Amino acid sequence: MTFLTFLVAIGMAVAMATMLARLFAGPTLYDRVLAANSFGTKTVLFLLVFSALVGRQDAIDIALLYALINFVATIAILKFFRYRSLEIALAQMSLRKALDGEYEK
Amino acid sequence: MNHADLTQYLDYLLIAMLLAVGFAIVRLRNLFAVVMLTGVYSLLCAAWFVSLDAVDVAFTEAAVGAGISTVLMLGAMLLTARESEPAGVGRHWAAFVVVAAAGAALFFAIPDMPVYGDPESPANAYVGRDYLEQVPHDISIPNVVTAVLSSYRGFDTLGEVVVVFSAALGVMLLLGFGTGARRREEEED
Repeated sequence: MTFLTFLVAIGMAVAMATMLARLFAGPTLYDRVLAANSFGTKTVLFLLVFSALVGRQDAIDIALLYALINFVATIAILKFFRYRSLEIALAQMSLRKALDGEYEK
Repeated sequence: MNHADLTQYLDYLLIAMLLAVGFAIVRLRNLFAVVMLTGVYSLLCAAWFVSLDAVDVAFTEAAVGAGISTVLMLGAMLLTARESEPAGVGRHWAAFVVVAAAGAALFFAIPDMPVYGDPESPANAYVGRDYLEQVPHDISIPNVVTAVLSSYRGFDTLGEVVVVFSAALGVMLLLGFGTGARRREEEED
């Protein structure tokens, strides 16, 4: 059973390496955003499998923190590329979008 | 003991990925990709710390390295260029000499280090052993590092928090978050 968990962990690590290859090569920006997000998700899964392998529950806390941070970082990156700034509040976003729409017309 | 034998292969995989990410950070010219890769580097580092049983360090690395510094690097990229310019060959050689000397010094120091997990190493022997014995009936929480940080050295931690908070406050007051950006946008319009 332990060996099976170990094989799953190895598989997770290989999946992480695959995402790394896309992150290195990724021709467009959104390939890289998707690859980084997916890499974070795979790290969360890797940590969970690892905690099952070693039999320590501490790693589950780290995995939860990762899931949160991964989400925040992805939102920050996407916000950065949509608005070219990290300082715009959520309330201003829709206003800004409407203004951009007007300009396009 | 069987666990440690298996997990060391996972450690090798993680270290190989860290190395690949490090080389990619040096080679890539697209700064956005470099920012993403530094975040990935922190994630990998923290995963490796978890597998080395340093859960507290992994927690800090995940929160600071992957969370805050990615956003800070993005903000810094906003103020500079999107692509880095290639540096001259002369600079490469100077950097290589410095890195090679530092690496040689580190390798020279390796034999003096205690073996991984050595119970007689200085970190485990003197005060560390006392803490491990005292914490259960002094404070009765399972995590010794948390007990040391927030109880035995509580005033020290409070001082650190005050220093970090005042530093962040000073930076925010100097840079003026919010107002500066709005003024810039008005100028652009």
